[in-house]
Amino acid sequence: MTKIELTRIPFIKNAFKSRYPQLAVFIVMLIGYIFAILAGLIGTPVGSHNFSIVFVWIAWWAILILVAVPFFGRGWCAICPIPLPGEWLQRGAILTPPDKRPKWLNLRVPKMFRNIWLQNISFLLLALFSSVLLTTPNITGIILAAMLFTAIGLGAIFERRAFCRYLCPVGGFIGLYSQAAPIELRIKDKQVCVTCEGKPCYNGSSIGFGCPWDVFPGGLTKNTYCGLCMECIRTCPHDNIAVNLRPFSADLAKPSTRMDEAFKAFIMLGSAIIYAGVLLGPWGTFKDAAYNVGSSAWFMYAGIFLSIIFGILPGFFTLGLLGTKGNATLKHRFASLSITLIPLGLMFWVAFSLSFVLTNASYILASLSDPLGLGWNLFGTANTAWQPMLTSILAPAQALALVGGLIWSARTAQKAANEVKVSPIPVIVYCFIATSIMLWLLL
Amino acid sequence: MNRSELISRILVYAGVVLVIGAPLVFWARTPLIHARMPEYGGWSPNIIHANVGEPLHLKLTSDDVVHGFAVGQMDMQSVDILPGKVTDITLKFDKPGIYTFYCTRWCGLNHWRMRGTIEVSGSPSDSEPASPPLYVSLNLDIDAPHDAPVVPAQKPSAIRGQGLIPNSPFLQSFDYYRSNSPYQAFLDLSNTSLTEPQRWDVVAFIWRSNTLSESLANGKQLYAQNCAACHGENGAGDGVFADDLTTAGESSMQTMEGAMDMIMQSPVDFTDPQRMLGASPALLQGKILRGGMGTGMPMWGSIFTEEQIWDLIAYIYSFQFEYQN
Ligand code: SF4
Ligand code: SF4
Ligand code: SF4
Repeated sequence: MTKIELTRIPFIKNAFKSRYPQLAVFIVMLIGYIFAILAGLIGTPVGSHNFSIVFVWIAWWAILILVAVPFFGRGWCAICPIPLPGEWLQRGAILTPPDKRPKWLNLRVPKMFRNIWLQNISFLLLALFSSVLLTTPNITGIILAAMLFTAIGLGAIFERRAFCRYLCPVGGFIGLYSQAAPIELRIKDKQVCVTCEGKPCYNGSSIGFGCPWDVFPGGLTKNTYCGLCMECIRTCPHDNIAVNLRPFSADLAKPSTRMDEAFKAFIMLGSAIIYAGVLLGPWGTFKDAAYNVGSSAWFMYAGIFLSIIFGILPGFFTLGLLGTKGNATLKHRFASLSITLIPLGLMFWVAFSLSFVLTNASYILASLSDPLGLGWNLFGTANTAWQPMLTSILAPAQALALVGGLIWSARTAQKAANEVKVSPIPVIVYCFIATSIMLWLLL
Repeated sequence: MNRSELISRILVYAGVVLVIGAPLVFWARTPLIHARMPEYGGWSPNIIHANVGEPLHLKLTSDDVVHGFAVGQMDMQSVDILPGKVTDITLKFDKPGIYTFYCTRWCGLNHWRMRGTIEVSGSPSDSEPASPPLYVSLNLDIDAPHDAPVVPAQKPSAIRGQGLIPNSPFLQSFDYYRSNSPYQAFLDLSNTSLTEPQRWDVVAFIWRSNTLSESLANGKQLYAQNCAACHGENGAGDGVFADDLTTAGESSMQTMEGAMDMIMQSPVDFTDPQRMLGASPALLQGKILRGGMGTGMPMWGSIFTEEQIWDLIAYIYSFQFEYQN
């Protein structure tokens, strides 16, 4: 299928090439982020009325999972405020490279950490504590601040954006699902890169920095690790970088063979199912267990959580694969076909988030008018009553998302199975069962 | 450093300083009074200072569930305090003294412990000499049992008793009603020609005739707001908190500082004739004023006015007597 090069449009190209539009957004985002930290620490402890909870876990989450990730891939990372202070300090500049670079350690991240296992762990930690994190403003404030400072610390020790690449709990799944998005940043002509001297897009030059995500744009084949920071558009002297509009899930045609990424797919799929059951399901016992962090019930919950993600889900997946015959090793088949779970998991999250977000969206208006909980009424909406929104379209929209996800993943399975020359049937059956469970939990 | 870098840095620094500084300033300038369930700290702060004649502006917010705010012995409507919301209220005190503010919503098991004080200083405008409460001047031991040894077989009726009242002025006096128990009145009627059920009916009539209808209505409302949670809507000691008070009582008391040695009791059953017909209004006044000293019964003296307490007492007797057809 064809791609449309967005950077051909002068307006878009200039907006990316210039540092100022992005900087303006950065400043606004950073201010918002710091404000959220403060609101979490000094605002009301009532989660549903605290700016940090409402804006981070309802508004931001809604935009991220319903719009940004499905349509813009790593678009959020392009404007994310978390790594900014660290990056500016590391570079010694906000705009172009300074004459004298600051003397940070600039170490390379050790090989054993150069994968997304740390991100898998950091996401799981947040996921296990999520019921408390999502309702306790203090803890949200502390976690937000901790991410900011960890990013600064890692920037001082390691080169480039070590936090984003290897630790950010959000970055891991955005990267995974960004493969399904219809936006990509790629080079235009490989030949130009081959002869390009100095490869400033990776190594930096006097007008810009080398890729902060430690990616060589010339070799990009999938979205996972390109943070869309647009730095290479600015540094490439040959104007060889393009941002393209492309068909959905274009990257999924080239299955990955990495286990860390395969398990990321299971982690995301499993957490969506578990959240749907615990947060929206009728089982009070599970909910209590999830909320009482540290209690023995919670350890049980954590145990079940982890065994679903690392045992049951991949276990049945492997069982299904055992039934297929092919030349590729089982491990290879496992990693390749796990890509099927990317569209499936993404749509699970969309369906789950729809109900979570629509139920709680009315809190946004109230906390916008009184963000610090001091009794203000800035926009006259402070007393907006809680009311679930769009309840009538919720169930159909969820069903549509889930069924659409199933079809999408079945198509992906066919292609991926073709690559490793096995039958896609077991994987499609697996997706069908998972979707049925999700439908049953949500509807 | 070139100019654009400098401007960018200034913008970033200014933004950061502003976004940290401005909220902190607003926050520090808006002192809130936080309401939390007593298990989690109650009112914070729980001592407020004010001056006589000067308006006292308060901003109240709840950190957990819905609470209410009212000041004892003051003619004011209680206000609700919603979680995460701020309620503004302005108070004015005419007399110096220590006032009690308290929660008016059944926020939890220890709801009744949710109290704080407002210390109002200034010169007294007019000071009335305080007279000791009736139970003190009568020298009543309000902790001793006062059970009636005899109880009526049927609920005494003021209507039936109306025509039977013997012409004895002291029986109908207000002081007599307040200082004597129904059982005492029953005994005092023994030298008449009335049968036992008739004597109880007369007692009911005496009690009714010393009570204004609006007192009963007022007492009923006070009861519903403040007492029914434990003593039950119908006085049977079976309010929503009653079971919890007895079973979980001990442990919940222990979470409160210095309350380790207290033991909860189940709330008094106002429909129990033995107990209620042996109790005089003065005795009940003492119990309400002082509280149950560790039984879980709060001290209401700092909250209700004297009149409110008498209204409440009048209403409580209506669990024993038939006042209407
Ligand atoms: S990886 Fe995480 S911290 Fe980095 S830009 Fe993306 S969301 Fe922000
Ligand atoms: S700078 Fe441009 S041309 Fe050179 S390697 Fe990078 S993308 Fe290719
Ligand atoms: S420099 Fe280019 S390749 Fe690297 S993260 Fe930024 S946009 Fe992606």
